[in-house]
Amino acid sequence: MRVRLPKITIWRAIFAAIMLSGLYATYLRIFYGLGGSTNLSDRFPWGVWIAFDVLCGVGLAAGGFTLVAVVHIFAIERYKPILRPAILTAFLGYSLVVVALLFDLGRPDRLWHPLVMWNPHSVMFEVAWCVTLYTTVLFLEFLPMVLERFGWHQPLEWIHNISVPLMIAGVLLSTLHQSSLGSLFLIVPAKMYPLWYSPTLPAMFYISAIGVGLAMTIFESWHSSRAFGRALELPLLASMGRVLAVLMSGYLWLRFLDLAHRHVLGLLLVNRPETWLFFLEIALMAIPAMLLFQKRIRLQPGALYACAVMVIFGFVANRLNVGVTALESGSGTSYVPRWSEIAVTLSIVAAGFAIFRLIAEYFPVFEAPAGGQPLLVAEKESEEESVPVG
Amino acid sequence: MSKGILYDSTLCVGCRACEGACAERWGLPYNEKIAGEETISAHKLTAIETHGDKYNRRLCMHCQEPACASVCPVGAIQKTALGPVVYDPEKCMGCRYCLQACAFQVPTYEWDSRLPRMRKCDQCFERQSRGEPTACAAACPTGATKCGERDALIAEAHERIAGKPRDYYGAIYGLEEAGGTSVFYLSSVPFAQIGLRTNVPHEPLPDLTWRVLELTPDVVSTGSILLGGIWWITNRRAEVAKAEGKRK
Repeated sequence: MRVRLPKITIWRAIFAAIMLSGLYATYLRIFYGLGGSTNLSDRFPWGVWIAFDVLCGVGLAAGGFTLVAVVHIFAIERYKPILRPAILTAFLGYSLVVVALLFDLGRPDRLWHPLVMWNPHSVMFEVAWCVTLYTTVLFLEFLPMVLERFGWHQPLEWIHNISVPLMIAGVLLSTLHQSSLGSLFLIVPAKMYPLWYSPTLPAMFYISAIGVGLAMTIFESWHSSRAFGRALELPLLASMGRVLAVLMSGYLWLRFLDLAHRHVLGLLLVNRPETWLFFLEIALMAIPAMLLFQKRIRLQPGALYACAVMVIFGFVANRLNVGVTALESGSGTSYVPRWSEIAVTLSIVAAGFAIFRLIAEYFPVFEAPAGGQPLLVAEKESEEESVPVG
Repeated sequence: MSKGILYDSTLCVGCRACEGACAERWGLPYNEKIAGEETISAHKLTAIETHGDKYNRRLCMHCQEPACASVCPVGAIQKTALGPVVYDPEKCMGCRYCLQACAFQVPTYEWDSRLPRMRKCDQCFERQSRGEPTACAAACPTGATKCGERDALIAEAHERIAGKPRDYYGAIYGLEEAGGTSVFYLSSVPFAQIGLRTNVPHEPLPDLTWRVLELTPDVVSTGSILLGGIWWITNRRAEVAKAEGKRK
């Protein structure tokens, strides 16, 4: 560690600067309201706190449910080594989404209201319940890491006993939640730019969330292997890269099919900011998808990592386009986030990285469960990739 | 038996008496400066807009199937049987989905407050419950804003158009918009020229989200059976393999 001390100091300085600006922005938010801390307006009521912190935060946490389904329900056990980091990311992601909501809600003290005041006709009601329930599920899925650390076997056994229904509930809640974030925008057909408004929004949000969940897993594994000096689970990640390539290609195919069926492909020839941001979003998904079809790229850690980062940026571009770009022209106003909105967002991301690092350092995130059952599939990690699922 | 408002732009002289009456009814400040603001906001729930030599009035449309009420996660917004769409600030958690969802961009927010509320016209719900006209209608000196039974107002709007077809653009704004509203507009020119949104879908907006939301029980029930089944099969297969001492 001592060798890399200067580098860490720079990162710490940046981290401190971000957290301080976030702290000041928090002061503005509390004492001067949303008007004093954001550029939101009656015509543009949702900004980056929704489009990035919530839409992207939830999406980037999708690796959790994807890997739980792969490892425990489909019993593809060779992915087990990267299951825990994915669960931890998802748990942190959801917790930080709740933090972001405390900033964004006009009355954060009433965060609990949807739990007692019901309106099942509201997508936001479904979102609220999904966040609450799935954060609970993720907490219970994360808890074994803490219990193992302290050797508390009794509660560990309790959680183990309910693990199957817990996992199934987690996958279902994620399915509902990821898609419902797309459904949120179904109610604004007249305001939203046609390149993004589509009746298929829920399905597209769901598919792209699974894609970015896989990309996040590759991203984390790469960083963790560097931070903790571990070898990369390359064969695992490489075959995950192949699944990602297939998934993103399928997603893009559906995306263009949808544009064609709604007769809006002509908009791609119009010289407007929306068109260019659309192409940016598509390129950031199409390029890594094409690259990942090549084995040469997949088996090279740097290239695999770069592809994962591109998919993540493409996903973020998509959610920002849906949440901000698509709504600007239709709302008859323009929105550029205020510095304090960015400061809060960056602080939340930075806090996420820092907490992940801390937990990964002190809890058995990257180790096989102590005293666990023998692997059901006694398969050696082979250089040869097996046929991907799905 | 539901109430409505008919606003006839051809009769409006832009005196802004409705604005003053509305501010008074809500206990909001009203002065020269606020009168000059031609947009609705949290401190001005109705506004007269000038479009050349024409006037137009903005207020809540009180949709028959309001998007704002359907999207509110805590049910703070309700469509009453009387007609007005009303709001309970005690329930509101400030997600501002109503601002986002309204096709007419009506709901506004108290952005600078530490304990903010959504604000919008409630068609003088308590006055109308007592059988009194809305404050704006009572204050209007020319009859440009008229309140009454929704059906009767629609019939009257049709009569006015039929009676003076040259003076009116031959349509009623609000009849079809968002599946029908409780506020209707008449104009001498196409509605877009007096600043009304003409791209509002003609179907009730809540249908768009309900179509997906109503699938939730299907997803949950089918999903649990499917996932549980897959788990059982894969788990069983592994158990059998283990029992038989086979390597997979």
